[in-house]
Amino acid sequence: MRIFVPRDAAARALGADAVAAAVRAEAQRRGLDVTVVRNGSRGMVWLEPLVEVETATGRYGFGAICAKDVPALFEAGFHDHPKALGRTDELPWMKRQTRLTFARVGLIDPLSLAEYEAHGGLAGLRRALGMGAEAIVAEVTESGLRGRGGAGFPTGIKWKTVAGAVAERKYIVCNADEGDSGTFADRMLMEGDPFTLIEGMAIAGIGVGATKGYVYIRSEYPDAIEVMESAVRIARGAGLLGLSVLGSDHVFDIEVRVGAGAYVCGEETSLLNSLEGKRGVVRAKPPLPALEGFMGRPTVVNNVISLATVPVIFEKGAAFYKAFGLGRSRGTIPLQIAGNVKFGGLFETAFGLSLAEIVDEIAGGTASGRPVKAVQVGGPLGAYFPRALFDTPFGYEDYAGQGGLIGHAGIVVFDDRADMLKQARFAMEFCAIESCGKCTPCRIGAVRGVETVDRIARGDASAIPLLTDLCETMKSGSLCALGGFTPYPVMSALTHFPDDFAPMKEAAE
Amino acid sequence: MTSEAAEIAARVGEILRAHDGMEGPLLPILHEVQAVYGHVPQAALPVIAAGLNISRAEVHGVVSFYHDFREEPAGRHVLKLCRAEACQAMGADGVADHAKARLGVDWHGTTADGAVTLEPVFCLGLCACGPAALVDGRVVGRVDEARLDQLVAEVTA
Repeated sequence: MRIFVPRDAAARALGADAVAAAVRAEAQRRGLDVTVVRNGSRGMVWLEPLVEVETATGRYGFGAICAKDVPALFEAGFHDHPKALGRTDELPWMKRQTRLTFARVGLIDPLSLAEYEAHGGLAGLRRALGMGAEAIVAEVTESGLRGRGGAGFPTGIKWKTVAGAVAERKYIVCNADEGDSGTFADRMLMEGDPFTLIEGMAIAGIGVGATKGYVYIRSEYPDAIEVMESAVRIARGAGLLGLSVLGSDHVFDIEVRVGAGAYVCGEETSLLNSLEGKRGVVRAKPPLPALEGFMGRPTVVNNVISLATVPVIFEKGAAFYKAFGLGRSRGTIPLQIAGNVKFGGLFETAFGLSLAEIVDEIAGGTASGRPVKAVQVGGPLGAYFPRALFDTPFGYEDYAGQGGLIGHAGIVVFDDRADMLKQARFAMEFCAIESCGKCTPCRIGAVRGVETVDRIARGDASAIPLLTDLCETMKSGSLCALGGFTPYPVMSALTHFPDDFAPMKEAAE
Repeated sequence: MTSEAAEIAARVGEILRAHDGMEGPLLPILHEVQAVYGHVPQAALPVIAAGLNISRAEVHGVVSFYHDFREEPAGRHVLKLCRAEACQAMGADGVADHAKARLGVDWHGTTADGAVTLEPVFCLGLCACGPAALVDGRVVGRVDEARLDQLVAEVTA
């Protein structure tokens, strides 16, 4: 009998290790032949630890399980139990999704290359190997895939620039510095299906002529680091990486590098500096990293989800992938539903859902049961949306049109107890703590921003136009998105929730 | 050179040799030095600078830039509490205030007995089960005030 107990960090944070140990102990006590598989998470974090049992008719789930539930689960023969959920893939949360990038996450043993292949893994790379470099880049361009880190730059165009650059050595750098609050898709992918990322990077390497890849993972993700390092070792041993990728004459290897607690290193040029062993300060562009990136050489810098989506595009074809989505936002997006929600977790779907559908239907409203006040989309640099804007469809251009951004698709829900002045102050404080210090609008502006919000809090109405002006300066004068986008949460809080900025309220009265 | 500095120079020299040939090796080297000593000792800086043929100021600049690298050892246990938005939405600010009061320290402070260092962290990727914490590298979700007391009791037992 195979029993699945996730090894995903969220499941572990809720006691999955104790559950796995209890399952092993109980099986031994009963003399049963049980294999415990530590899979990734299915993404239903409110049900973690989600224990599944494999049967002839599919996988049946039980959640949320704690270690002391385990003997009763065995007693019930993994059948009728108060925490029985039925077939996992029949649960509404699972059925409503379009799982392309996350197709295998939660399903397979993350470190079993055999299971990976049995579930469609390596089909994309095999097809890519028979295509030739130019056709690989064309396929990615045709799929409409855009940077899932947040910037939304077309992946195929970036690859084409690197492919066209002439250099003795080129690189693929995977940005796994997922620092945005409310986001955990990169973490879940790396912990639940690391070979997908490796396969995507190998395809990128062959497409642009790069022979070396780096995965830069933030130090706050110890579990993801461990799984990725193991997966790279296994891939090397199996000939997926190395001097002859799957027996071809392509060379490609990967090294895992660990960040050191700097949010700004999620910005591609400061990530490159960090990878080179320097302070993680932002570089001015141009030159583009595609032409002068890591060690001054042509470099593809892509987010985990962008690269991990490449295999399915090659397995099923660009046209298949492109058929999902809306407008210029093609394919699927793994929404990360977080904060004060009843049902939080990862939900992969085609672009286009409205925020109301996401928050009210999928997330089931707040965990506290109180009304939703604001939803921050896109991490600490994303705007706060009031209910009045909940009809906005989820897409790059649609959010930009509302003074926001989808970023890395993190959705953080706040109930009516949230103080939006405090949230605006936090955005400035965070920017001040994490600023790399290279440009003045960000380094000084964020500090002045905190002070200005404090003036408003003390009832100084004259500080409000000052804050607006400061945000304008930061937005247009900063070198990167940290200083440039901090105005989004600040201005959206001020614009949509004026009641929380006391002097505005008084002025109106 | 004191005997302690000589010991550090020898050990850091070994670490440098183990990273020979690596592209951009400074962060991996500093991580390893910190893993050995619990912080990056001042005596390690000139050795690293000489080994990588960069200035001591450059090494210091890198050490001081990143939040992870310590110039002084931490307490015997490190409690990191997430301060980011998703955890705030679930009451992380209150948990942090409770932790500060209970331990009698502010952020980055270490209790007088050297048992616990309290650190802020901005996102552990546990945003759907916040407030989140990292206790000596172990992830913990849904940390309310009672759970925090329990965690503190566990590490100080």
